[in-house]
Amino acid sequence: MNNFDYVRPATVAEAITAATAPNSAYLAAGTNLLDLMKGGIARPGRVVDVTRLPGLDRIEHLTDGGVRIGALVRNADLAHDAEFARAYPAVAEALLSGASAQLRNAATVGGNLLQRTRCGYFYDTASACNKREPGSGCEARDGENRLHAVLGWSEACIATHPSDFCVPLAALDAVVEIEGRSGRHEVTLEALHRLPGDAPERDSVLEPGDLIVALRLPGEARAFSAHARYLKIRERTSFAFAVVSAAAALRIEQGSIREARLALGGVAAKPWRARSAEKILAGGKPDQAAFRRAAEAALADAKPSGDNQFKIELARRIVVRALMLAVAGTPARIAALPASPFSSEVRSIA
Amino acid sequence: MNFSISLTVNGVRRDIELGDPRVTLLDLLRERLDLTGTKKGCDRGQCGACTMLVDGRRINSCLALAISHHGADILTIEGLARGDQLHPVQAAFIAHDGLQCGFCTPGQIMSAIGLIDEAQAGNDSERVREGMSGNLCRCGAYAGITEAVLEAQKTLADAKQGRAA
Repeated sequence: MNNFDYVRPATVAEAITAATAPNSAYLAAGTNLLDLMKGGIARPGRVVDVTRLPGLDRIEHLTDGGVRIGALVRNADLAHDAEFARAYPAVAEALLSGASAQLRNAATVGGNLLQRTRCGYFYDTASACNKREPGSGCEARDGENRLHAVLGWSEACIATHPSDFCVPLAALDAVVEIEGRSGRHEVTLEALHRLPGDAPERDSVLEPGDLIVALRLPGEARAFSAHARYLKIRERTSFAFAVVSAAAALRIEQGSIREARLALGGVAAKPWRARSAEKILAGGKPDQAAFRRAAEAALADAKPSGDNQFKIELARRIVVRALMLAVAGTPARIAALPASPFSSEVRSIA
Repeated sequence: MNFSISLTVNGVRRDIELGDPRVTLLDLLRERLDLTGTKKGCDRGQCGACTMLVDGRRINSCLALAISHHGADILTIEGLARGDQLHPVQAAFIAHDGLQCGFCTPGQIMSAIGLIDEAQAGNDSERVREGMSGNLCRCGAYAGITEAVLEAQKTLADAKQGRAA
């Protein structure tokens, strides 16, 4: 790990000033940043420790039914907040399906949004990687790429975004609050992450010094709480990143789908909101034929970036299955194996 | 540049001068405080051998910068037994053969204590296994570990009820 200048600002304004210097990095729990620094992938000259900034560690249930989550709230604390889990069960399930209990106890909400890809070539400093070193090339393109992107990728980069949490957040219109040099602004979660294009080194739309201070979920997203699931295929049942995942949320009235929300994980450089599929589902009956049509629409633009053709059909099937689980209803308690198709609670449904 | 931090480690206040900001909690305890019970496995947050309780929560100490944890209250494997009297989780690991080589055991035990405190798993073995998935055991003692956690949880719950009665 390279040496660095360590600063611990007392206020958000001081933090932004400190982090605006070139080659600075914000440090919260460090569960991703320290791993990247140990591997020499991230080499910040200055580390700005934001863990002591006041007021960023609260979960506020708002009067309009929404929730405002401070950027320093720990993943586990959010997932286990009973009111949050009741209102946004797919988000809680996604959180609990990610990483391990130790990592969830440390990792923060803001850090989760900004975690970097797990592409092996990004992690291997001996390999060419346009995300790590712009212009150097992409060794994943002709390498081991069965887990890489099938949507939104470019010749410059085929990496995926690894977050589970972000998938239902994209589906439910979450908003990210950002403080920066020019004051406070907001972007939707869906607009936070960038597709690679020819600048894969930029994961997000954040500018130097920008600090995520909070995340909001709108009160309207509570309308899906009775039919909301997250489903995730992994190469082992726990403590693994998604090969493919889906968040499905339905508002069902008198046997018909009034409104549907759908997003996919593990398929692109950002959580992938499938609006075309949502439109197909809205107004129709919640049956398997409709779900399959929705799945076809969600993956209509997909194309393999390597040995990952299988992910396209796998993603369609996960969409269908997640929708079936959502129709069956949100379980009273999150499954023993969160988001797993191998959970006994899930196997009992179709 | 030197940095001063204070930690409470197994109930004892420790004031430490750090000459380098890169030191993790794991390395600080092992190399500076001679508390080598906590093990360094992967050093990348993937194996759980370095699990300790920080302010009552189980975390991977290999991914925690010491300097960022000024003021923290830390509990490690060395802080569990009272003389010869083992902590109920330690005793249960022995009773159920929850180990073979023992390298992952301090992390497994600290993780189990964290899991029991979190009170999410109950007596459901599937939830215990899921809750312990952050601790790898290369010897494959998982069956014994699960049994040990379930028994220790019951012992601790009974003791708590006994105190309340």
